[in-house]
This record gives sequence, structure tokens and C-alpha cells, in this order.
Amino acid sequence: MADTVETAPDMRTEIAGIRMKNPVMVASGTFGYGPEYADLVDLNRLGAIVVKGICAEPWGGNDVPRMVEVRGGLLNAIGLQGPGVDGFVKTYMPFLRQFDTPVLVNIWGRDEAEYEEVAARFDDVPGIAGLELNISCPNIKEGGIAFGTDLTMASDLIRRVRKRTRLPLIPKLAPNVPHVGRFAKAAQEAGADAISLINTLPAMVIDIETRRPVLANKVGGLSGPAVHPVAVKQVWEAAQAVSIPIIGMGGIETAEDALEFVIAGATAVAVGTANFTDPTTVTRVIDGMVTYLKRHGLSSITELVGSIRD
Amino acid sequence: MQIEQAKVKSHTLVGGDYRELVLSAPHTAGAARPGQFVHLRVPRLDGSVLRRPFSIYRARDGQLSILYKTVGRGTEAMEAMAVGDRVDLIGPLGNGFPVEAAGNSPLLVAGGYGVAPLSFLAEELAPTRGTVFIGGGAARDILCVGDFESMGWEVRITTEDGSLGEQGLVTAAVDGWLAAHPDATPVLYACGPEGLLRAVGERGVAASHTAWLSLDKHMGCGIGACLACVQKIRGEDGSVAWKRVCCDGPVFEAAEVEWDG
Repeated sequence: MADTVETAPDMRTEIAGIRMKNPVMVASGTFGYGPEYADLVDLNRLGAIVVKGICAEPWGGNDVPRMVEVRGGLLNAIGLQGPGVDGFVKTYMPFLRQFDTPVLVNIWGRDEAEYEEVAARFDDVPGIAGLELNISCPNIKEGGIAFGTDLTMASDLIRRVRKRTRLPLIPKLAPNVPHVGRFAKAAQEAGADAISLINTLPAMVIDIETRRPVLANKVGGLSGPAVHPVAVKQVWEAAQAVSIPIIGMGGIETAEDALEFVIAGATAVAVGTANFTDPTTVTRVIDGMVTYLKRHGLSSITELVGSIRD
Repeated sequence: MQIEQAKVKSHTLVGGDYRELVLSAPHTAGAARPGQFVHLRVPRLDGSVLRRPFSIYRARDGQLSILYKTVGRGTEAMEAMAVGDRVDLIGPLGNGFPVEAAGNSPLLVAGGYGVAPLSFLAEELAPTRGTVFIGGGAARDILCVGDFESMGWEVRITTEDGSLGEQGLVTAAVDGWLAAHPDATPVLYACGPEGLLRAVGERGVAASHTAWLSLDKHMGCGIGACLACVQKIRGEDGSVAWKRVCCDGPVFEAAEVEWDG
């Protein structure tokens, strides 16, 4: 019997063994720990959930103000406030396990030992699909970007954490390095299963009346549509340097924004700041990508990955 | 909470730089309680990634309204909203004012457009009536007086320039009332700038009166995910932790608020 029904394009994809029903994830720090958005977004539709950064013990984060809007984006300096490993597992994992959506945990530490400890403690927690290693947060004094902007430190840290976890390990790279391809390659050689990029760009806003920085932390990380072309370039450069999958993010508001990342070489993408603007962004992006694949006669999203032409 | 595509029903200048925006939003209006807010996506605000939070002023018959003052880019863009325009909003958000234990002589203390949610509260408290203190810089900053008068509330007005009511800060008028009623045990409700909230809170704590304060902080997501709008709050065990103004508040009891400095 002839199949006359037009088949929908296959949106399924896989990152380091993590099977996702589509390639659209939410970026760490923009989606809380899951329940916050559950009334507004069907969590079962997401490719994956990446929760806000977790370190070993509860962490208070920075003073306020922690966020300021600028044209085309916002600066945040939350400072990785979080409940710690045990607090997160106890409070949020029972909720997150109800969904048919992989959960990735973004982890960080103030030194190498804490990164290792956090990774090791998540190893036996049921329901966690992978670890995103935050080596690029610009808003804390220790840890974070200090690792992500030094090739040797980044490489050593990934190697050490790699030994402490069986979960897929996905370092999140900083955008503010001269050759992101070198960091991508170093991550791959150190044992990363995939990489994600970009994190926010270090940035600053000054109140000219008071002549003081607007953020209590003085500086913050810029995200939103303003960073999108920067992110596309960094993903494209990283994709040429590695064979492991890439999760592309930075300023996605539309399916078109997401498709640029895929064409540049990203296997999956993540929506961040736009979750604040419009919580339906993720589902809109998924639907728009399907429409694009149909229009271009593509049967699977995987056909588009890295398909950029000269 | 829900995302609702609201429709502008009316948009009027109510005095000074203050406007009332009335929206048809049946879900949000039906569920709204005093002290809750809506998170609006301002139409035609190019390059903006954040919504803007507004306390709910009125909610009835499928419509809700907000009172706002033009203070920046977001509110400037709002001025252009016209009848029939679609507005994407999330609401109702936040915990609102507790109304159950208001007592029989509540005191409401408002600064500027902070009076909006207190007018809604007074409606909800009926038939209970009390005294409302409305403060502002000048006569043009004093709003909603008629709302309270029509509900039989005693209205005390203060302006810093003396152009309406008593000259001075609204908290001086509150002090006068408390001194004149040494045996009263009123529950206080306040909404306005942080200085006002702090002053009202200090008076409440000093006199052992319950004082509910509606806080205002730079907000991101509005639903508890981004951790931008946090305030230090003292828990029952005495420990101090950041709480989210958007979803753990915006209303907190004065005794639990840990002010900086």
C-alpha cells in the first residue's frame, strides 16, 4: 500500500548519546530548574532542559541590582545563586523525572576540586542525562571564566572532571577568546563528549547621573539578540576544529536564528534570554524549524548540521 | 498564571505623567488578587528583551487595568498604545496582600502610583474601611483619591511641596496618626518607593503592628527563574536568604525584610 501521507521531517537528534526528540534546548540560567516555566511551556516538547548552575553547597550569588536591559539584550550578574547539589536533587529532581525530556545539569566550582566533587556527586543521581561544565561564567570571582579563558587551565580541568564522571561531559565555552577553535579542540582532546557555546560576553553599563556601574557586581554578562552574530561565528569556528557535537546558543529568538547555528555546525541549539521575553519561544522555534525543513525538502534536521557553503 | 493576549480597551491620562491602561484579559482579571502584578510585553519597543511588571489596579468583568508613570524607554513606548492593540501579558503573578487578618482599622500607605494596588486592596477589604495615606512630590502625583472616598475611607494626603494636603512626607502623617491612636493595633499595607516601604516597615516593627510591604525590584522573567529581583528575607529560624520578589513576594511582612545598610 502506497504511503500517500507526507512524512514530517525527523527532528530527532543525539548529543553524546543523549537522545533528544528535537534539537532545541533551554540555556542554563534562563529556565530556572524546570518548575518555574511548567505552567507556561509544555516541558515534554523541549529537546532538553539545562538547569541553572549548581556548585557543591548552597550559594548566595551577587548583590542587587543583578540585571539591566540594554538595546538588543541584557546584562546579568546573578552570580550563580543556587541550592547546591543536595538541595537541587531533593527539591527539583522528583519534578524533573516526570518528563520525557533529558535533564542536563550545569555545574561549577570555585576550584578544580569542587568541580570534581560536584561532577562525582551527580554521577549516581537517577534522571540526569549529562553535565554541562561551566567554565565561562563572567560573574564570579573564582571558578567560571578564569578557567574558560586559559587554554591550559581549561584543558586540565576538563581532564580532571572527566575522570570523575561517567555522564556525558559538555564544557560550556567562553566567547571572549581570540581563537575559540583552540579551546574547542583542547576540550575534545581532554575528553569532552560535546561542547556548548557561547556563554555571555563580559560587559558593563554605567549610570551617567550617579557615575556608578548599574550592576552591583559592576560588570555582567551580555546576552540576547545582540550577541547572536558573535555566537554564530564562534560556533562556526569551533565546528571546524572538532568532531564532537556542538550545542549552539546566543540570542536565539526565532527559528531562523536557530537554523544559522545548525548550518554553522551545531547539532543542537539552546534558547536563553528569549525565554524571558516570550516563554513560547522554544516551541515557536521548533515549529519554525520543521517548516523550514519541509520547505527545503529535507527529511531530517541532521542533514542540515554543518551544511554551510563557501 | 497564564500567557494572555490582552486587548487595549481604553488608555487615558489620569493626571501629570500618569496613565491608566485598561485591558480585556478575562483569565488574568478573573484570577487577580490585590498586590499581584502582570508582566507586559510592551508593543513596538524595539530591541527590548524584558517585559515590564505592573501592579494590578482594577480587575473586574474580564478587564484589568494598571496605572503607570512615564519614567523611561519602556513606559514611553507604552504611551503609544491605542484602543484595540494586542498586548502579550503573563499574569496574575506574585502572592498579593493577605486580606484575611486586616483587622477593623487597616492603614494603607501609598507613594505615587503605588496607590494603585492599595485601591484594589480597599475594594477587596470592603465593608472594612480604614485610613489611607497618599503621598507624592506634588498635587499631580496624588492619584485615586476618589476611589477611597467613594468606599468611605478616610483619606490623608501629603505632598512634599505642599501643593495638596499636608506638606511633608507621608510617613510623618502616619506618625501623627499612630501618636493620636496609642491603643490602636492597625495592620499596615504599603506600596511605593523603597524609602517609603522601609520607613513604614520600621514603624510597624517598632510598634509591633503587622506591616505588609509590596516591594519593587528590577525584574527579569517575572516567574522565579532568573533570580534577578531578589531581596534578603529573614526566615523563621533567623537565617537570612535571598527571596524572589516576583514569586516569593512582591508582598513581604516588614519584620522579615532585611534592608541593606
